[in-house]
Amino acid sequence: MKPAPFEYRAPESLEAALDLMAEHGSEAKLLAGGQSLIPVMNFRLAQPAILVDLNRIEALDYLRPQDDGSLRIGGLTRLRQVERMADLPRHSALLAEALPWVAHPQIRNRSTVGGTLSHADPAAEVPAVCLVEGARFRLARKGGERWVPAADFFRGLFDTALEPDEILVEVELPAPRERTGTSFQEIARRHGDYAMAGVAASLRFASDGRIDEGSLVFLSVADTPLVASEASAMLAGEAPSESLFEAVARHAATAEVDPAGTIHATPDFTRHLVGVLTRRALAAAAKRANGEGETT
Amino acid sequence: MSDRHTVRVTVNGEPRVAETEARTLLSDFLRHDLGLTGTHVGCEHGVCGACTILFDGEPVRSCLLLAVQAEGRTIETVEGLAPDGRDHLHPLQEAFRETHGLQCGFCTPGFLMTLVPFLEENPDPTEHEIRMALSGNLCRCTGYQHIVDAVQLAAKKKTDEGGA
Ligand SMILES: Cc1cc2nc3c(=O)[nH]c(=O)nc-3n(C[C@H](O)[C@H](O)[C@H](O)COP(=O)(O)OP(=O)(O)OC[C@H]3O[C@@H](n4cnc5c(N)ncnc54)[C@H](O)[C@@H]3O)c2cc1C
Ligand code: FES
Ligand code: FES
Repeated sequence: MKPAPFEYRAPESLEAALDLMAEHGSEAKLLAGGQSLIPVMNFRLAQPAILVDLNRIEALDYLRPQDDGSLRIGGLTRLRQVERMADLPRHSALLAEALPWVAHPQIRNRSTVGGTLSHADPAAEVPAVCLVEGARFRLARKGGERWVPAADFFRGLFDTALEPDEILVEVELPAPRERTGTSFQEIARRHGDYAMAGVAASLRFASDGRIDEGSLVFLSVADTPLVASEASAMLAGEAPSESLFEAVARHAATAEVDPAGTIHATPDFTRHLVGVLTRRALAAAAKRANGEGETT
Repeated sequence: MSDRHTVRVTVNGEPRVAETEARTLLSDFLRHDLGLTGTHVGCEHGVCGACTILFDGEPVRSCLLLAVQAEGRTIETVEGLAPDGRDHLHPLQEAFRETHGLQCGFCTPGFLMTLVPFLEENPDPTEHEIRMALSGNLCRCTGYQHIVDAVQLAAKKKTDEGGA
């Protein structure tokens, strides 16, 4: 099997890559880990005229903890490298918990942070984590750059705020907040397969023990990662309890997700999974916020 | 409009050079241009793991890399496990043979190239860890049990040796 012919360019600096994208725009495609792009090129579902390979740009490959506790990750950093960062759970326990769910180690050895976000597969784990964590993304183009919050980035199925000549160069994960616990839960048919359903959750508590803020984002249930704002709002101001989590899970499963169904899961079954995963995630997040149990 | 490139790469310790089209997959480059047909090709979209090789020391799918991306890099293929031929197999290959870890053998190079680095990182893995490690490789013959046995046997032999 071969992709259709293309012209291959491997710039060694971000500037050179941005020049190429400015010149060729939508005719050109960026190649990062290739773990999503090469398969679609092998099937000839994508036939870019020019392939701009980012893999020689070492300046885009880094993990930089900041003094304020936030973490900056270069767009070309491999998922496996992020996963291996010893301090990762201190920066984002949620990301640390979610990464092993992304495909297999052999795939994560190549997949990049910028690639999984730009590809915007609704079944992908990292976009949901970035939404819950309130991450923002730095998008560069020739002669300028802008920051886009995760909440404004995911537009539709495989569709994002990126313009054809832009490159996602950096992710910023804000510093972890106090009295906050998170949890990532997923069901896949086989370890490493795409999720049948999944949820990233966080709960922040006020000093009186009530929930200050809750956040639930689902994967694999819609065209984009789905921010469950109603279910999240039901948590605010409440005391944590099994019955609260049960009610929130029921609302999310019946009123907030509207899964289309796949050959592996009917809409009803997907709703069932959403309910079960939400209950588990909220219970685990509450425990962790209170310092019980393991922290990752 | 074929875009041709010269690729210089170290494969199993030997420098190799060949000219190829930009669109040639690394898996095809290894098989067709370098004659290293030990790397097998199943699905060509990253799912089966038959094409797994070590790229700068890390297991990756060679069907999801372009040959041009290998310029200046280091590759290990299954041929590198037993450079002196069948009488000097790698200990994991020996273990596969002893436990019937293969039947048709189509998937075997991919399993070996996944599990050799896994065992280096985890010399004494649990059965669960082994099953997780091989979850990215498909085998249509063995039912995986004998592959798990092979990894356990290889690990045991290595610790016995180390302890002796
Ligand atoms: C067998 C298999 C199983 C998988 N399972 C999962 C899974 O369970 N969960 C999951 O999340 N993913 C999964 N993946 C996908 C994998 O994680 C992808 O690699 C990832 O989604 C894309 O990252 P990449 O770096 O490989 O990007 P590429 O494939 O190189 O690029 C993907 C797209 O993003 C664009 N792009 C890449 N980098 C940038 C950038 N910096 N700026 C702008 N645009 C950019 C490219 O032009 C392309 O359109 C799986 C893949 C395989 C092959
Ligand atoms: S041929 Fe590469 S993963 Fe199947
Ligand atoms: S031995 Fe036949 S596919 Fe694994």
